[in-house]
Amino acid sequence: MDAKNLRLASGSALNLVGVRVGGAASSLRADELPGHRAVLGEKTPLQLDCGVDIGPFTVAYQTYGQLNADKSNAILVFHALTGDQFCAEHHPITGKSGWWSDIVGPQKIIDTNRWFIICANVLGGCMGTTGPSDIDPRTNKPFGLSFPVITIADMVRAQVMLLDHLGIEKLFCVIGGSMGAMQALQFAQAYPNRTFATIAIAGAARHSAQNIAFHEVGRQAIQSDPEWHNGNYLEFGTRPTRGLAVARMVAHITYLSETALHRKFGRALQNRNTITYGFDADFQVESYLRHQGITFVDRFDPNSYLYITRAMDYFDLAAEHGGTLATAFRDTPVRFCIVSFTSDWLFPTPESRSVVHALNAAAANVSFAEIPTDKGHDAFLLDEPEFHAVLSGFLEGSHTRREQSKGQRA
Amino acid sequence: MNGRTKPRLTNDLRVDLGLIAEMIPPGSRVLDVGCGDGELLEYLARVKNVDGRGIELSQKGVNQCVARGLSAVQGDADDDLKDYPSGAFDFAILSQTLQATWDPKGVLSNLVRIGRHAIVSFPNFGYWRVRIDLLLNGRMPRTRQLPDAWYNTPNIHLCTFTDFSALCREINVAIEEGLALDIEGGRKAFPASGWRANILGAQGVFKLQKRS
Repeated sequence: MDAKNLRLASGSALNLVGVRVGGAASSLRADELPGHRAVLGEKTPLQLDCGVDIGPFTVAYQTYGQLNADKSNAILVFHALTGDQFCAEHHPITGKSGWWSDIVGPQKIIDTNRWFIICANVLGGCMGTTGPSDIDPRTNKPFGLSFPVITIADMVRAQVMLLDHLGIEKLFCVIGGSMGAMQALQFAQAYPNRTFATIAIAGAARHSAQNIAFHEVGRQAIQSDPEWHNGNYLEFGTRPTRGLAVARMVAHITYLSETALHRKFGRALQNRNTITYGFDADFQVESYLRHQGITFVDRFDPNSYLYITRAMDYFDLAAEHGGTLATAFRDTPVRFCIVSFTSDWLFPTPESRSVVHALNAAAANVSFAEIPTDKGHDAFLLDEPEFHAVLSGFLEGSHTRREQSKGQRA
Repeated sequence: MNGRTKPRLTNDLRVDLGLIAEMIPPGSRVLDVGCGDGELLEYLARVKNVDGRGIELSQKGVNQCVARGLSAVQGDADDDLKDYPSGAFDFAILSQTLQATWDPKGVLSNLVRIGRHAIVSFPNFGYWRVRIDLLLNGRMPRTRQLPDAWYNTPNIHLCTFTDFSALCREINVAIEEGLALDIEGGRKAFPASGWRANILGAQGVFKLQKRS
């Protein structure tokens, strides 16, 4: 395909809603971002699923609240594909509120006055944790595609090493939405004695064919951008921002629902009264998508996008256990809460329900709530009172149960 | 069979649920099939420190359960009990739901498989008011336990105490305890065996166990 075909709108003069695409790379380099860093795997490297050992490597993470004396109040929050560790504070690059500021904070659903919240950038990410944009010490050049392929299990292993580093033996809860839900399920499966409870929101135990297909479109967009240079764009002093923007535009559609798009934009025109008989962004929905694409490239590394989407594609929790998900969770002591949203077509309710059936078959303690909403997959990030009530209730119920079981043991 | 007549009931629990709760020892593992908004599970967790789970058809009910800290999943007795492993619970409860299932026989078999004991409550179609509605008025019966008209009732498999006992015999299930409740919200409870109970009992609560 001619790379120009993947260019946004009318070439280099593109200027939409005040944001110019194709500018310099993000103003802050990942190693300049604020927050905690842990250097892990110095003595014992992390063995990745692909067969490569990495170590030492860096994990960038944020914490909120205070760890109590017996280290029993920790909650690990997993971020989604394009999320990061800044879940409950203003983002150092975009200046926007953290992606889960509605949920995590003082007197919020995950109350930072009560719980100690940890959120780490995933392995392969671009916000301070070791990823493909970092310098490969063997070559003194950015890894690019020589970075090993990462899996969801690898991401979780890295975060368990972080817990070891922090001296936290057992979490109260792990929680995540979308790819975060994959990590939450993986964590509960691989480390059942290291968390009391697990909340998996808008997720699945495996990535569906349709989702792999959408990811492939995104990756092709990035790889078709001539600025990508086979992943070595940092050496060339360029960035495949157009490809990444298109990838984001495609993905963003999957995060919404037809109803939500219609309600938000309909066929409304953007700053004009009539159509222009051209390929400018006549419609508000086009302008909105372009804006989503353009702002995304300022904060995300294109190669990281390739690696992290791949990790999601490879995720299949049952495959490692003879194809039976129930086997993966046999005799699990973990208390589960599975949440889905009615209008989510990226991770539709049947995906969650199959996890619930497997957990039932494993005699696990599981709650499952499907939240009625027309906001699509992104509902897990939005103000959804019934969803929030379910989260609060599950956390409170789990806390009560844990205190009761402590009492019984004492 | 236990001959209790005046069960001690709590103020805040539906009467038949109170009788069910009485049958469950503290600390049991309980599956409540058709748990509604979690009234019984909440009581059992609070008063008896029970490790409870619920299955409920309406997602609204499930979400209410989870929001009050209970473990519940959306599902129904006909389709979802088969997922659960045998002997996973001390008690599997089905209250006021058996008559609304497609396959009561299969549901009962699953209940006694999943739970070491099952507790089932249902309205008695042999109750005298039911008989009179049909016999004298020539109308499909409507009582406090069966308030719906024939055309919109969810109750597709109604039975009498005697029918129920016969089904239990057929599928090799022992009735460990049976209590009948009168129409006045169950202020009187008496053994649900014999022809008198089958006439005087408006609803019944039965504790069951699979015969080995």
